[in-house]
Amino acid sequence: MTAPAVHVFEERLLGYRRTYRATLFTSFASPALFLVAMGIGLGGFVNQGAGIEGVPYVAFLAPGLLAGAAMQTAAFESTFPILASIRWIKTYHAMLASPIGVTDVVIGQFAWIALRLLIVTTIFVATAALLGAVHGPTILLGIPAAVLTGMAFATPIAAFSASLQNVEGFNVLFRFVINPLFLFSGAFFPVAQLPEILRVVAYATPIYHGVQLTRGLVLQTIAPADAVLHVAVLAAFVVAGTVAAFVAFRRRLVV
Amino acid sequence: MAQSPGESPGESSGQLIHARGLTKRFGSFTAVDAIDFDVAAGEAFGFLGPNGAGKTSTMRMIGCVSPKTEGTLRVLDMDPATQGPRIRARIGVVPQEDWLDQEMTVRDNLVIYGRYFDLSWPEAGRRADELLEFVQLSDRAGSRVEPLSGGMKRRLSVARSLINEPSLLLLDEPTTGLDPQARHLVWDRLYRLKQRGTTLVLTTHYMDEAEQLCDRLVIMDKARIVAEGSPRQLIEQHSSREVLELRFPPGEQESLDGRLDKLLDGRAERIERLPDRILVYASDGEAVSAALHGEGIQPDSSLVRRSSLEDVFLRLTGRSLIE
Repeated sequence: MTAPAVHVFEERLLGYRRTYRATLFTSFASPALFLVAMGIGLGGFVNQGAGIEGVPYVAFLAPGLLAGAAMQTAAFESTFPILASIRWIKTYHAMLASPIGVTDVVIGQFAWIALRLLIVTTIFVATAALLGAVHGPTILLGIPAAVLTGMAFATPIAAFSASLQNVEGFNVLFRFVINPLFLFSGAFFPVAQLPEILRVVAYATPIYHGVQLTRGLVLQTIAPADAVLHVAVLAAFVVAGTVAAFVAFRRRLVV
Repeated sequence: MAQSPGESPGESSGQLIHARGLTKRFGSFTAVDAIDFDVAAGEAFGFLGPNGAGKTSTMRMIGCVSPKTEGTLRVLDMDPATQGPRIRARIGVVPQEDWLDQEMTVRDNLVIYGRYFDLSWPEAGRRADELLEFVQLSDRAGSRVEPLSGGMKRRLSVARSLINEPSLLLLDEPTTGLDPQARHLVWDRLYRLKQRGTTLVLTTHYMDEAEQLCDRLVIMDKARIVAEGSPRQLIEQHSSREVLELRFPPGEQESLDGRLDKLLDGRAERIERLPDRILVYASDGEAVSAALHGEGIQPDSSLVRRSSLEDVFLRLTGRSLIE
């Protein structure tokens, strides 16, 4: 990171001190509720047919949910806080009056979102372990995979947020993009269950690759070539999203 | 701030800001239209003008956050287009709307701002405490910004702009929206900064603010500079020494018009008719008043006052409301 970007990161960290209690609780409660309701409740029925892909349903579900949670955290962190820093609190404007430049703002902001993802996924894994929902220590491999998945969403969504005037666009994003992706991402059931047209759509989204990568690493069922493919797709989204964010932030903040 | 001469030759020549033909366009709209001005070190320089005259756009170009469309602009003898971060490292900005983080504490707002300028944490903390004292907010250091009054927030914004010990301070309408006590407190702090040698560049649409603070100012209207000088020079050039304000009973003003013109011919430099009163611009208001009285003209009230910057301003930018 450039030195000015570090200061952007610090500002986010300082601001986080006042909200971390609430977000830490959510990071714990949300996966706990899903794992208990879906994994243990619904999983009871699924397991009557000898589990899924050779493991109990909850072990299949946990890594998928982990990637899904990273996507949702990323979507939140790259929407409201970005627009607030542009329009309401104007933190970015204050930063840009100092030696900090637009590129530093983007890099520092993304570094901060990456840390948020690391925190959320770590809490997720700890919660899952506490509930006995993990297959083994390889669950830890799910953390970097899920963080990468989250960044594949955070970077393009931040670019989108920087182009908005109000929050209406966010409602559309969450209702018609993030929520459907969460449901059909392969987190709850294999994508192979979907009709072909939806399967093709799923392959084009980062969440499909994120879930496959995370689950494959955690359950140790992934072929190396597939892992490389999924990482490459996710990395491509991160790179394209970052470039888009540089352009969108500059267009919005330097006029 | 100590600078080696080689690093900033612009200051040795005395010009902190140098603009020629400076222009800013947004699409087909011209916000700033080919303006020329210079600001010397240690000066308090003002942009006076109605809303929409182009003052803020000019300030944003000087602050290296908005690229110019055309013309020449040098700030601290550097080029904003290529040396923005280096220039911004040495200027302070008090924006029109406070860019404070309302949820953070007063002190944290300053400390984190110091970090933006790459100060160490202890140094940022030390300067924060000093500046809170300077703007008389030490007792609010630990409280959140949100419940503070408008005047306190503005003082905090001023304190924040000083965290990097700037050689040039840009203030965009520093006292708009403040009550008289709060305004005077801000003015007092700005006056102290000026005495310490900080160069101040401010925009305002308050005449009293311009007269209080500015050594020299330009009046902007419709994206252009229409006059330049010290407040005194501007009054001398664009107005009379005194103004006689006459108020008549309703209806009487119109019936007097022809007679007044004849009587005032040769005695007044200019007459301006407003719906509720007549302004007579003259070097000796009392003499004109006495002469009118001698002719049997009896206004409801007559008041002689010195010409002010407001008279200049209204003459140059017009009385009609442009919105």
